[in-house]
Amino acid sequence: MSVDLTAARTLSLADHTVRELNAALHAPDAERWEVLDPGGRHAIAAGLDAEISVEVAGHVGYYCAGMNQRASVHIRGNCGVGIAENMMSGKVVVDGDASQAAGATAHGGLLVIEGNAAARCGISLKGAEIVVGGSIGHMSAFMAQSGTIAVCGDAGEALGDSIYEARVYVRGEVASLGADCVAKELLEEHRLQLGELLERAGHGDLDPGEFRRYGSARRLYNFDVDDAGEY
Amino acid sequence: MSDSNGTPRPGWRDGLRESATFDRATLHEIRRAAREGIYDIRGGGAKRRVPNFDDLLLLGASVSRYPIEGYRERCDTDVVLGTRFAKRPLKLDIPITIAGMSFGALSGPAKEALGRGATAMGTSTTTGDGGMTPEEREHSKTLVYQLLPSRYGMNPDDLRRADAIEVVIGQGAKPGGGGMLLGQKISERVAEMRDLPAGIDQRSACRHPDWTGPDDLEIKIEELREITDWEKPIFVKVGATRPYYDVALAVKSGADVVVLDGMQGGTAATQEVFIEHVGIPTLAAIPPAVQALVELGMHRKVQLVVSGGIRSGADVAKALALGADAVSIGVAALVAIGDNAPELGREYEAIGSAAGFYDDWHEGRDPAGILTQDDELAARLDPELGGRRLANYLRTLVQETQTLARACGKSRVQNLEPEDLVALTVEAAAMARVPLAGTDWIPGTEAR
Ligand SMILES: Cc1cc2nc3c(=O)[nH]c(=O)nc-3n(C[C@H](O)[C@H](O)[C@H](O)COP(=O)(O)O)c2cc1C
Repeated sequence: MSVDLTAARTLSLADHTVRELNAALHAPDAERWEVLDPGGRHAIAAGLDAEISVEVAGHVGYYCAGMNQRASVHIRGNCGVGIAENMMSGKVVVDGDASQAAGATAHGGLLVIEGNAAARCGISLKGAEIVVGGSIGHMSAFMAQSGTIAVCGDAGEALGDSIYEARVYVRGEVASLGADCVAKELLEEHRLQLGELLERAGHGDLDPGEFRRYGSARRLYNFDVDDAGEY
Repeated sequence: MSDSNGTPRPGWRDGLRESATFDRATLHEIRRAAREGIYDIRGGGAKRRVPNFDDLLLLGASVSRYPIEGYRERCDTDVVLGTRFAKRPLKLDIPITIAGMSFGALSGPAKEALGRGATAMGTSTTTGDGGMTPEEREHSKTLVYQLLPSRYGMNPDDLRRADAIEVVIGQGAKPGGGGMLLGQKISERVAEMRDLPAGIDQRSACRHPDWTGPDDLEIKIEELREITDWEKPIFVKVGATRPYYDVALAVKSGADVVVLDGMQGGTAATQEVFIEHVGIPTLAAIPPAVQALVELGMHRKVQLVVSGGIRSGADVAKALALGADAVSIGVAALVAIGDNAPELGREYEAIGSAAGFYDDWHEGRDPAGILTQDDELAARLDPELGGRRLANYLRTLVQETQTLARACGKSRVQNLEPEDLVALTVEAAAMARVPLAGTDWIPGTEAR
């Protein structure tokens, strides 16, 4: 089915089911979509795989934009657990706050949360970029493998526990670092990467030099008896 | 002093007596722990004896029950999995599937052999921790794609390419534990599929990253259905611990199929203490699982697939008689395609083991080319031959199952029922909830 680049569709979840919405979005006949009355429903705009843009006028439940590919999804409200979980590509923007596990295991694409994100933001991240305008909760970036998380506010306890090669930048305070996560020097390379990411996320006004960088000490990569207590 | 087969061992003298408490394996383990300072890791399932299907017998026909004529009268073996919600349920010719085993643990040729054998017999294979490889998709007509806590390689394209989705909550070998793949097996290809640096020890998460508890699971399943347009059956796999509750919660969460893996179930690598001491035997797990399904009015509507220590058609028949719709095999399939083969005895000895005993699968040096990521070793396994051997083995299991079902007068293997079974031991009678042979006593319930 070809996508009409000029067409726009509006669909209200007061009149349609999530199934009807997603079925339409999985075989889109228009480029721009507006979803009204989301009412906190789950799995809204999950599994998209097309260069379309979807604007959701209100709060969404769990797994909104789950496994997103290519699409651009904008939530004009707050979101429940697992926003953009396992995203592969595309962009997801949340105007409000996000619940737990935002961007969990995401492989690619950009997730922007303007407000705060709760616990486990970027858990097991696998390559995507996450920018949070506010603060993030505890155990964020747990086992994060690759990709970048930039936090303009503070980070909760046990940041980056058991982190692999993901990069974490925090502008404010970090309550505590998790096992094998350490503060690292912000080199020019990181300043450039972060500046460019903030720019794309609409936070270009912030100075990347104000952020601190965190990552893996790589001490737990291969088992060593003397580190056993850390596991 | 003699080993368990009664063979005297070197150093034996009259008067030496081995301790039942501190036997040789125990002494060896104490010394190993003192040397290395880390728990023992190995593959396979529990080695200790636990009550199992050998403790049950089928009754066969008698004056009041008449049998089905072997080779003449039909005894159907097909099964449909995922009839509850999925638009495209799996239609399998035989009630024996190949369990999830990861690429990473297994070599590429081993995965291909499993796909070829299963496809030849009209049954399914399953991916594992580490994602779907193109080879296994190509060689498996019916492929179940696992969604594990690690989410290695998880992507929506493979989700849509799969024929069913299996949400893995636990495994019988290690309920409550995550996966483990040590540095030796994290080759470049495995590392890339998992987004990890090559050569590091990798411990997969034991909890899903984006949901906890049955209420969340229900929403997660709904998301998976939405992503795949409600086409694919959704399996939920649990390790056998509290099967009555876990099966009920899986059904409540919207599963099409429940996979129940007993404590004897194999694993690629985990702590020995986990394998031997956590979970309940397959035999003990089936009756409470079936009870939960019956009470919910879902027996045969949500299909039950049972795994953990299935070796023969007798095991298959007994699992079906207890109420399973199908069974799944792991270790037996690996043995069928050539693992631990006696012909490789010298080579197993060269790596400090012996054919039939090799279980250091995490080290990745399997001379059979099955549990390895070493290209040279992997190239030793001929996937076509392995596939033929697996098909032969499955064919034999099916014939044996049919033989027993016909003897019990069943024209369909799933028509086997608890009434066809008795137990040899009091323990097995209590666990399987069938009478002790020659009595009408089912320990733990009133006499029937
Ligand atoms: C080598 C190997 C790798 C395995 N990998 C996985 C896996 O990735 N995911 C999973 O759910 N179970 C895994 N299992 C467990 C099997 O799916 C299955 O539950 C078990 O093997 C059944 O018991 P059996 O081996 O006695 O037949 C693995 C088992 C083996 C032997």
